[in-house]
Amino acid sequence: MAATDVAPVLELTGIHKEFPGVKALSDAGLRLYPGEVHTLMGQNGAGKSTLIKVLTGVYTPERGAMLLEGKPIRPSSTLEAQELGISTVYQEVNLCPNLSVAENIFIGRYPRKWGRIDWKGMRREAARMLALMDIDIDVAKPLSHYSLAVQQMVAISRALNVNAKVLILDEPTSSLDEAEVQLLFTVLRRLRGQGIAILFVTHFLDQTYAISDRITVMRNGEREGEYLCSELSRIALVNKMIGAPADEQRAASVAEDAAPAQPAAHSPAQPLVLEARALGRRGALLPTDISIRKGELLGLCGLLGSGRTELARLLFGADKADSGGITAGDRASAAPFANPRDAIGAGIGFCSEDRKHEGAILSLSVRENLILAMQAQAGMLRAIPLKRQQELANNYVKWLGIKTASIETPIGSLSGGNQQKVLLARWLATEPKLMILDEPTRGIDVRAKEEIMDYVSALCRKGMSILFISSELPEVLRVSDRMIVMRDRKACGEYQRGELDDTTVLHAIAGEAA
Amino acid sequence: MTAPHVTARQTVPQAAPTRGGHNPESFAMLLQHPLMKPLAALFALLLVDLVFIPGFFHLEWKDGHLYGSVIDIVNRAAPLMLAALGMTLVIATRGIDISVGAVVALSGTVAAMLIGGTMVMHNGVPVYEANTPMLWALCAAMGAALLCGAWNGLLVSTLGLQPIVATLILMVAGRGLAQLLTDGQIVTVYYQPFFFLGSGYLFGLPFSLYVVAAVVLAVSLLMRKTALGLFIQAVGINPVAARLAGLKTAALIFFVYVFCSACAGMAGLMISSNIKSADANNAGLLLELDAILAVTLGGTSLAGGKFSLAGSMIGALIIQTLTYTIYSLGVPPEVNMVVKSVVVFLVCLSQSPEFKQMWKRKAA
Repeated sequence: MAATDVAPVLELTGIHKEFPGVKALSDAGLRLYPGEVHTLMGQNGAGKSTLIKVLTGVYTPERGAMLLEGKPIRPSSTLEAQELGISTVYQEVNLCPNLSVAENIFIGRYPRKWGRIDWKGMRREAARMLALMDIDIDVAKPLSHYSLAVQQMVAISRALNVNAKVLILDEPTSSLDEAEVQLLFTVLRRLRGQGIAILFVTHFLDQTYAISDRITVMRNGEREGEYLCSELSRIALVNKMIGAPADEQRAASVAEDAAPAQPAAHSPAQPLVLEARALGRRGALLPTDISIRKGELLGLCGLLGSGRTELARLLFGADKADSGGITAGDRASAAPFANPRDAIGAGIGFCSEDRKHEGAILSLSVRENLILAMQAQAGMLRAIPLKRQQELANNYVKWLGIKTASIETPIGSLSGGNQQKVLLARWLATEPKLMILDEPTRGIDVRAKEEIMDYVSALCRKGMSILFISSELPEVLRVSDRMIVMRDRKACGEYQRGELDDTTVLHAIAGEAA
Repeated sequence: MTAPHVTARQTVPQAAPTRGGHNPESFAMLLQHPLMKPLAALFALLLVDLVFIPGFFHLEWKDGHLYGSVIDIVNRAAPLMLAALGMTLVIATRGIDISVGAVVALSGTVAAMLIGGTMVMHNGVPVYEANTPMLWALCAAMGAALLCGAWNGLLVSTLGLQPIVATLILMVAGRGLAQLLTDGQIVTVYYQPFFFLGSGYLFGLPFSLYVVAAVVLAVSLLMRKTALGLFIQAVGINPVAARLAGLKTAALIFFVYVFCSACAGMAGLMISSNIKSADANNAGLLLELDAILAVTLGGTSLAGGKFSLAGSMIGALIIQTLTYTIYSLGVPPEVNMVVKSVVVFLVCLSQSPEFKQMWKRKAA
């Protein structure tokens, strides 16, 4: 634990950064002490990512001072920052999956011997570096051979390879499961012991409290404050992130993830909007039955690889099913959907878990992204008049509280949560009967999460059905009318609202008798 | 705010131009318009011509139509403009079509062979008649081009071949087929009406210009009045997301290849009409590269997505003007290519964002 009389290894003060139309950082600051895990928290758009990019030389701030061990620095590239001792592991693992683990660690600076690459020495060294983190794997195998968590560790050890003083982890846990998170934390504690300052960015409150020594909260591009983790309660933290003194009930529900939601207006008497029988695909999903009623919020949970995303993709026609059938509304055929277009025609919308690759079309504007599905449905020839497009976009921007400079701003320059809201709007504009939301709240902050879940519940009350997939169990438990647990590529349990409690469901997910 | 860069987005009302040119802010925005650089390059070339080539802008009314260097350039640029137009849409979907030259050769060959021309005595006067009615011949040539496009489109959209590989097949096979049809000989056409397409005049201007204008107008209207432009961009930027949003991505990709070949087919007819023959060996040779260059000069990225039809047209004019200038200045033929490449290099450099960054850093 860092004591305050030790000099900070890195200090940022009065950082200003503006983008056209948006003030991303104004008078932001940060102090990192050697041997501490420091968590950076804030809502989407609070400026966390921008601050990190300033720190790692991706952006140059307009004003402000950066001191590394007392000396002013001004990195103008990530490479320069790395040479100074500031290393970063990004949210998406930036490695080459087809190269070996050892090559990934040493890429760009292979050890040489007699002018040739010293493969043997490289592997030995890579194994030693991983052993420092208690990881024992075959470093000659391609990286893709290993789980995401191990890949994350490889990314960390690559970052540490250069004499790192500061290690920045930008949402490293967003794609890891619980056991993998624990493994990562063990490694972080070890590194902390070695005197490295670790800056940890996350949205998960539990993880923040499990690992942090100190917390910096950012809000609206400014440093709201710096706190010792032990002295800041969860409710206080959420309050500081949101800014307004949130009412106790709401803050508590966010913090403890335990508040019951009000029952939605669905009943077994409602008609089915979709029914799939024995829907399956080899290597992805065993034949599975699923049905959903009008106005019902059906939760789908399970671990990564349990088949939950695969089921969603088959229901939407994103992948082609090789067995079973789907009946939906007044659809004539009972065959599975051949492509997303079919599914959209039957009144289904789908928010993919992979926002960046399967959702947003980054260099198109908010407006264009928003009307895309609607326009696709109307057909190419019936172009939606520009006026109507602008009206729609403006309405959704207002209704969902999307933070953007204008509706003509490329969606790529919005923060994750705001992009997600635009994609949600894309589907809402098609007025679907059933929305499939696959991890709609992944990688976005508490407030946006809350807002999105609020819309989801409101939509259900208006009669839209929702299939909700999330790896955050409390979130699913809180909102679902009914819940299906998946394991090993098939549905293995179904629970009605009354029977839902986290221990039962956890046992079902893990596959043990309750 | 970046200025809109594509036809489909031209409908977005822009604050700047309406406020008039006196406002410095709107002037700066105008300068940032993506069409600014290709236009500047074209004007620079024309300036060189104005200074060094006497009578470059001189226009003359002779035999009922306009004569002059400018007319000549535009007339000769017509096939390239068509090819560049088709190429723009292909490139916007992240693709590329290197079979354009081969399709030019094939369509020209089909038309020339079907029309041919035999001499018959009509009231004691020798008259050339087409072997096949010209309309049929033109339709057959365009049909051949469309088939080529369908083949390319099938390989890319349905079979998922890499565009450069898929169209490489036709690049080789198309010209080969044309050579096979003509036995490697040049097929001469003796039928007068066919020449109108490539060297005729209508209301004093080359007929080929009207063809280009009509096609450009039709495509622009299609971009403006339908969602085609948006869809092509969406597919070019993120095909996976576009499919999940309900777009018929495969059909779109198929369409752009068919369209590109149709443009190449028209260019082929123009070229063979202009040279009054079909030269399977040389007609349209490397035209695809000029077309790609025109698209690039016009500011459309080979990475796909945003595209500019107007930019590509300007790019084609730059290339043709450059060729004309080099010849007119009396640059020896052996240095011709080098000069051309240097100019192209300079234009490309001026568009490179990396280069701009380097420049800025140096200035700072």
